[in-house]
Amino acid sequence: MLLRTAWRRAAAAVRAAPGPRSEAPARGLRLRVVDNAPQSAVPSDTATAPEVESVLRPLYMDVQATTPLDPRVLDAMLPYLVNYYGNPHSRTHAYGWESEAAMERARQQVASLIGADPREIIFTSGATESNNIAVKGVARFYRSRKKHLITTQTEHKCVLDSCRSLEAEGFQVTYLPVKKSGIIDLKELEAAIQPDTSLVSVMTVNNEIGVKQPIAEIGQICSSRRVYFHTDAAQAVGKIPLDVNDMKIDLMSISGHKIYGPKGVGAIYIRRRPRVRVEALQSGGGQERGMRSGTVPTPLVVGLGAACEVAQQEMEYDHKWISKLAERLTKKIMNSLPDVVMNGDPEHHYPGCINLSFAYVEGESLLMALKDVALSSGSACTSASLEPSYVLRAIGTDEDLAHSSIRFGIGRFTTEEEVDYTVEKCIHHVKRLREMSPLWEMVQDGIDLKSIKWTQH
Amino acid sequence: MAASSRAQVLDLYRAMLRESKHFSAYNYRTYAVRRIRDAFRENKNVKDPVEIQTLVNKAKRDLEIIRRQTQKDDLSHY
Repeated sequence: MLLRTAWRRAAAAVRAAPGPRSEAPARGLRLRVVDNAPQSAVPSDTATAPEVESVLRPLYMDVQATTPLDPRVLDAMLPYLVNYYGNPHSRTHAYGWESEAAMERARQQVASLIGADPREIIFTSGATESNNIAVKGVARFYRSRKKHLITTQTEHKCVLDSCRSLEAEGFQVTYLPVKKSGIIDLKELEAAIQPDTSLVSVMTVNNEIGVKQPIAEIGQICSSRRVYFHTDAAQAVGKIPLDVNDMKIDLMSISGHKIYGPKGVGAIYIRRRPRVRVEALQSGGGQERGMRSGTVPTPLVVGLGAACEVAQQEMEYDHKWISKLAERLTKKIMNSLPDVVMNGDPEHHYPGCINLSFAYVEGESLLMALKDVALSSGSACTSASLEPSYVLRAIGTDEDLAHSSIRFGIGRFTTEEEVDYTVEKCIHHVKRLREMSPLWEMVQDGIDLKSIKWTQH
Repeated sequence: MAASSRAQVLDLYRAMLRESKHFSAYNYRTYAVRRIRDAFRENKNVKDPVEIQTLVNKAKRDLEIIRRQTQKDDLSHY
C-alpha cells in the first residue's frame, strides 16, 4: 500500500518536472524506472534526485576501457591538487615533506593490495609504461646471456609491440597460442622455455574476453625453471585476490584508471627478493630508485593509493554484485535470443567482462543501434581499425562471428536497471537486425551457410 | 567515552542516506545508497562495543566524504 502511494508520488513528481526531461524519449533511465512497475528498486531513490543534467547521457557499460573515479578517491586527491602542491622530492621544506609522506602512504596502500613490500612498488604513468619497463627493461638488462622471451597471442598491444621492437633489436620472441577457451596450454609453455629465456609475460585477466589465466601455475613453472614472470594485471588488480608471493610473480603492471582511480598513473611491482634487475627506460634525476626518473605526480599517486585501499575493502562486495549482474545479463540474453556465443572460458572468467557474439548481426551496426548505451566491440586501443579483434582471432572465432562481437562491462557502479535496459534494447535490436538480414532468412529456411558457393562478380 | 547507542547508529544511517541523495551523478547516487544500506545491514548483529565504535568512526568519516563531494556537486556544473 505504502509502496504504491510512494510510486504515484514519484510518478507525479517526474511528470510535473519542466523542460527537456519531458520531451526526451525513453532514453533517460529516470523516466524508464517510472514507466515500468518498480521491482526491487525503491522508486523514491531516483524521484528525489536533485535538478540534474538536462542533457541525458548514455549508460556506461564499458568499464574495461576506463572506470569513473570513486568519490572516495577524488576526496583523497583534492587536497593535493589545491593546497598540498609540493614536489615530493624537495627535501628542504614542509611542502616537500608532506607530499613525500603522501606518496609513501600511497605506495604502502598499493603494496598492501598485492602482498608486496612498499619498496617494490615504482610509480609510472600507467600500465603501458609499466609493461614497457617490464618487457624491455628485463630483456635488455640480461641481453648478454639471455636472448629469448615468451608471451601470448592475446596480450595487450603494448606488450606485443614491445616484443616486436625487441625482435628488431635482435631478441627472439615466442608468441604462445591460446586454446579455444582463451587460456594458454601449460605444457606448451613448459616446452617453449629455453635455457636462454629471460622473461615470460602473461596477462592475468584479458581486457577483451575477461578470461583468467592460471597465474599461480605459470608462476610455479617459471620459478622452477629460473625464468622471470611478468603479468599485466591492469584488469585484475583490486578485482580478484592477488598475492605476488603466493603466485610467484616477479613483475606486475598496475593501472590506475581501471580500478576507479585517476588516469595517467600506474605502478610496476618489481621483486626484490630475489632481486629482479631492470634497465631503466627513462633517464633523469634518479627518482623511484633510478628505475623511473621524473617527478612523481603526488595527486595522481595519492588517487592510485586510495583506489587500491578502497578496492581491498570492497573486493568481496563488488565481486558479489558484479557476478549477480553478469549472471542476470547473460541469462536474459541467452534465453531470449538463439545463436549467441560467449567468447572465452565460462569457468576461468572474470564476471565483469562479458564478450558475446551475435550470429548474423554486424557488430558495428548493433553498437550504433544501441546508441543509449556506451559499449564497445573489442579493446579501445584497437577500436579505430575495422579489423576484427586479434584476441578473438587467437581463440579461433570464425571470421563472421568475430565481426559480431560486443563487450559488456559491469563495474562497481553499474545498477540492475542499467543492465535490464541494456538487455532489453540489445534483444530488440538484434531481433530487428536479424529480420533485415538475408543470411538469417537463409538459416531459417534450413540452408547451411558454409555450403554456399558465393559467385564472383 | 560510552559506546554509540542504537539511536546514534540509526541517526548516522539516516544522515548518510540523506546526504547520498544529493549526488547529482546517477551512478554515484545509486551506489552510495545501496552500499550504505548493505553495510549497515551486514553489521547489524555486531555485539562487541569496540568493534561497533570502529565501524561508527569509519561511517562518520565516510559521511564527511559524502558531504564534501556532494557540496562540490552543487557548486559546479561542468
